[in-house]
Amino acid sequence: METSVDRIAEPWGPRTPYGSGARWPARTDMYLRPGTGPDEVERWVPAASVLHSNGDAMDIAVARGRIVGVRGRAADRVNRGRLGPKDLFGWQANASADRLTRPLVRDGGELVETDWDTAMGRVVSRSKRLLERQGPGAIGFYTTGQLFLEEYYTLAVIARAGIGTNHLDGNTRLCTATAAEALKESFGCDGQPGSYTDFDHADVIALFGHNMAETQPVLWMRILDRLEGTDPPRLVCVDPRPTPVARRADVHLAPRSGTNVALLNALLHRIIRNGRVDHEFIEAHTVGFEELTARVRECTPAWAARICQVPAASIERAAELIGGAERLVSTVLQGVYQSHQATAAAVQVNNLHLVRGMLGRPGRGVLQMNGQPTAQNTRECGANGDLPGFRNWQNEQHVADLARVWNVTPETIPHYAPPTHAMQMFRYAEQGSLRMLWISGTNPAVSLPELARIRRILSQDRLFVVVQDLFLTETAQLADVVLPAAAWGEKTGTFTNADRTVHFSGKAVDPPGEARADLDIFLDYAARMGFRDKDGAPLVGWHDAESAFEAWQRCSAGRPCDYTGLSHQKLREGGGIQWPCNEQAPEGTERLYTEGFTWAHPDVCESYGKDLVTGASMEPAEYRSLNPGGKAVIKAAEYLPPHEDTSVEFPLQLITGRTLYHFHTRTKTGRAPQLNAAAPEVWVELSAGEAAQQDLAEGDLVEVATPRGAVRGRLRITAIRDGMVFLPFHYGYWDTAEGHRPGGDSGRAANEATITDWDPASKQPLFKTAAARIGLVERAAGTPAPAPTTTASAPAGTGGVPSTTGGPQAVALHTTEGRP
Amino acid sequence: MNGVKLTLRALHHGERALERRLLAVAQRHRTEHEIHHVSRDLARWSREHAARLAEQGRHYGLDLSGPAGHLPADALAVLRERAAVAMGRRREAGLLLLHDLRSLYLSAAGNSVHWEMLAQTAQATKDTGLLALVSSCHPQTLRQVRWANTMIKNLAPQLLSGL
Repeated sequence: METSVDRIAEPWGPRTPYGSGARWPARTDMYLRPGTGPDEVERWVPAASVLHSNGDAMDIAVARGRIVGVRGRAADRVNRGRLGPKDLFGWQANASADRLTRPLVRDGGELVETDWDTAMGRVVSRSKRLLERQGPGAIGFYTTGQLFLEEYYTLAVIARAGIGTNHLDGNTRLCTATAAEALKESFGCDGQPGSYTDFDHADVIALFGHNMAETQPVLWMRILDRLEGTDPPRLVCVDPRPTPVARRADVHLAPRSGTNVALLNALLHRIIRNGRVDHEFIEAHTVGFEELTARVRECTPAWAARICQVPAASIERAAELIGGAERLVSTVLQGVYQSHQATAAAVQVNNLHLVRGMLGRPGRGVLQMNGQPTAQNTRECGANGDLPGFRNWQNEQHVADLARVWNVTPETIPHYAPPTHAMQMFRYAEQGSLRMLWISGTNPAVSLPELARIRRILSQDRLFVVVQDLFLTETAQLADVVLPAAAWGEKTGTFTNADRTVHFSGKAVDPPGEARADLDIFLDYAARMGFRDKDGAPLVGWHDAESAFEAWQRCSAGRPCDYTGLSHQKLREGGGIQWPCNEQAPEGTERLYTEGFTWAHPDVCESYGKDLVTGASMEPAEYRSLNPGGKAVIKAAEYLPPHEDTSVEFPLQLITGRTLYHFHTRTKTGRAPQLNAAAPEVWVELSAGEAAQQDLAEGDLVEVATPRGAVRGRLRITAIRDGMVFLPFHYGYWDTAEGHRPGGDSGRAANEATITDWDPASKQPLFKTAAARIGLVERAAGTPAPAPTTTASAPAGTGGVPSTTGGPQAVALHTTEGRP
Repeated sequence: MNGVKLTLRALHHGERALERRLLAVAQRHRTEHEIHHVSRDLARWSREHAARLAEQGRHYGLDLSGPAGHLPADALAVLRERAAVAMGRRREAGLLLLHDLRSLYLSAAGNSVHWEMLAQTAQATKDTGLLALVSSCHPQTLRQVRWANTMIKNLAPQLLSGL
C-alpha cells in the first residue's frame, strides 16, 4: 500500500500497528526532489541518518552526479524503512550555494581564501612552535558528535600519542557525557545495556526528560505503532513541557527544573517500600542496595511533591506502574543530562532497573540516549574524555595495552589525570595556558553556554583557532584558519547509534570545490607533523576510511565495543549490526548484561567511579574494596537544591531545548527549505497562567533576560508548567546581518542567557537550570509566534495560530505491505 | 568528658572556618565555574555540621553558637568577585587557585582528624548519640578532602606548566 503524506504537517507519518512481542512491520519512506521520478535515480548509496542519534538506515538517491533524495532501508533493524522529517529533507543542505569550497586564513584581520598548503602550513607551524615553547598542554582539540568513527579514532591517535595532549574532547560533552558517566558509574563501563527491540516487548515505558517524539521521531513511531496495536505499553513521562510523549502518557510528571534526583529518590522509596524489588537479582548482581535503601528512606512522595511541585499521588501512580512492570524500558535524555545533578539523576534511573532486576532480557532495558548521530563513536574512540576502547586512564595495564596497540611508550599517552573536558579547555583558553584550539564539526559560538564569554575567548589574539566545517559558521567567523570539509554523502565511513548499531555511510557524490573529508584533513596534518611511533614508523599508518576502520578494529579487539567481527563490506551489504561483534558473536549482540556485569570488575572496568555530588575520583583500591567481584554498583545520591534558583528579580526558571525540525545550530536544517519554514525563527514559551500574570499574549515580542544576557523572540503560549520559560537553542546569527553575534543588547541565541555551570561528575553543562525574567518589547498585532504547532510548542488555546504544514514540497511516499 | 568537650569545640570552630573558606574561595574564583559552584555546595555540609555540633554540645553543657549567617554580600564579597573576573584572564590566577585548594584540603583534613578522634572516643565510651553524629558527618568531611585533592590533581599539571 502506498500513502503520500506531508511530513512537516504529520511528522510521524502513517501507522503500522503491532502487538507485544511481534516484529515491527516495515514501512519504506521515500522523498525525491519534486520532479524526479524513482526511475531517474541512477544509484542508491547506503548511508544512515546524521541529524539525530537514532541511526536510521537509508539509501541516498543519486542522479547526474547530484543527490536527489533519500529512501529508508526496510530490512534494517533500527528503522525498518522509516525516516524522520530531518532525514527526508535535511540532505538538501549539502548543495547549498554557501558551502565552503576553499581554505581561509586570517590576514590583516580578514579571512581570505587560500590553498591547502598555506592553510595547513600555518596550522603545522603554530603547532610546532607551541610544542617547542610550552609543550603539549598548549594545544587542544574540540571535536563533535557528527563525524565518522574513522575520523575520531585518527584524531584521538593524533592528539593523545602524536601531540601528547590531554586536551581532546567532543561537543558530545553537551549531549551525551552524562549517558557515558551514568553507565560507567552503574556498570563500570560505557555501553548501552538495552536495545531498540526492547520497545517491541515492553509493558511499561518510562521516559525521563526525553522528548522522543521530536529528538528521535522514528523511535517514537515504533512506540506509536505499539500504542495502536494489541497489548499497548503504558507510558510514564517526566517532562515540564507538554511534549507529544506527555500527551500520550498514562502518567505525566512535570517537575520544577533541577529536582530530578528528588523525584527519582521518591520513586525508589515507593518501589523499595512496597517490596517491588528483585532480591535474588540484587543479591547476585549488585552492591550498594543497603546504602540506597537508607538514602531514600525519608524520600516519601509527599517530600518530593513539595520539592518538585508535582502531586504526590502522581508520583505514587508512576511508582506503581514502574514497580508493577513485567517488562520495563526506561529512556533518558537532555531533561536529565542537561539539568542540575545530571549524573546523580541518570544513575537513579539505572537503579530503578537494578533493584527491579529489569536488565538483559527482552523488554527489560535501560537506554541512556545520545543526542548526536555519532556521539557513541566519539566516546568509543577516546575523543570524548576517555581513552580509546573504553580503557581506564587510572589503570596502568590499560594504558600499557593502548601503548602496545599504538607502538608507543606508555608515557607518551597522558594519563596523569582524566582527559580534559570541553568546559575546562575553554577555561584554559580564557586563562591563557591553552594557545591553540582546533574545532572540528561543531559550533561553540552558538552551542556553549554564556555566549558573550565564548565569543570573548575565541576572539583573543593569543588563541590560535582552527575551524573545520561545511559552512562559515558563527565559530568559523572567529577563526584564524578555516578548513572546508566534506559532508555526509560526500565521504565514506561508519558510525554507531544510541543502541550500539553500527552503520556504513557511503560517498554518493564529490564534495564541492576543494573541500576534503575530515579524515583526509587529519591524515594530512599527521603526515605534515611527522608523528612517529617508538620504532620510527609513521604513528598513523593508514590512508583511507577502510584502513582506518581496520586500525580501530585492532584497538577495539577484546574490549566491550569489539568491532573485530565487522567490516566496511559486511556493513555496506548487510545493514546495521550491534557491537560487540566478534568471533563469538558474528551477528552482533542485541543486549548487554544478559549474564551479569563482567565489565564492572576492578581489573577491566573503564572507570572506578566518582562522587556524584563533588565529582571527586575514586581511587582503584577504594573501588576494589567496594566491588571486588565486579557487580553492578547501586549508587545512591542526595538531592541538592539547584545552584541558580529563582528570585524576586529573576522569578522564572529558564530551560532551553530542541524542536523536531532542527538539529544543533541549524547549519544544515536551516538550509533545508521545508525544515526552515516549519520553524524559521526563535520563539519563547510560557504557560497561559504565567502569561496572564505578566499581561502577555500569543505573538507578543518579549525579552528573556538573565544576569548573563538577553534573548528576544515572539511568545508562544503552551501548556508548559507555570513558572518556567522555554527557549529553543538552535538559532544563531549566520543568517542575520551581524553574522556571528547579536546586533544589539539582546540576541537570538538562547545561550546568550544560559549559565556556565556543569555537572561535577559528567562535566556536562547545564542548560536547564537558570533563573530569568521576561518583559514585553512590542505587542503582537496579530502575528503569532513562529513556533511549530505539531510539537511540544503547540499553542495551548485554539484559534489564531495557523497549523504548521509543509505543502506539496514536503510530501513523502510511504510503502507498506497491504493490511486488511 | 572534658576532652570530648574540647574536641567538639575545636571541630565546631574548624567546620565554621571551613565553611567561611569555601564561600570565600567560591567568590575569589568566580571565573573557575566548577570551583565556584561546588565550593558552595560543600560549604552547606560544613554549615550543617557546625549546627549539629552545637546541638550535640548542649548535651555536654557546651554553648557553641549556631551556624554563621550567610556570608553577606558585603563590599569585600563584591570586591572578591570583581577581582576574580579581572584576574580570570591571567595565568597567574592559577597559582592562587592551587594555593586556595591546598588550604581547603588541609582545613578539611584537619576536621577529619577531629571527627576520627570523636568517633574513637564515642565507641570507647558507648556514647551512641555522638557516634551517630560522627557516622553521619564524617563521610561528608572525607568527601570534601577528596574533592580538593581531585581538583588539585586535575588542575595542577596545566596551571603549573602553562605559566
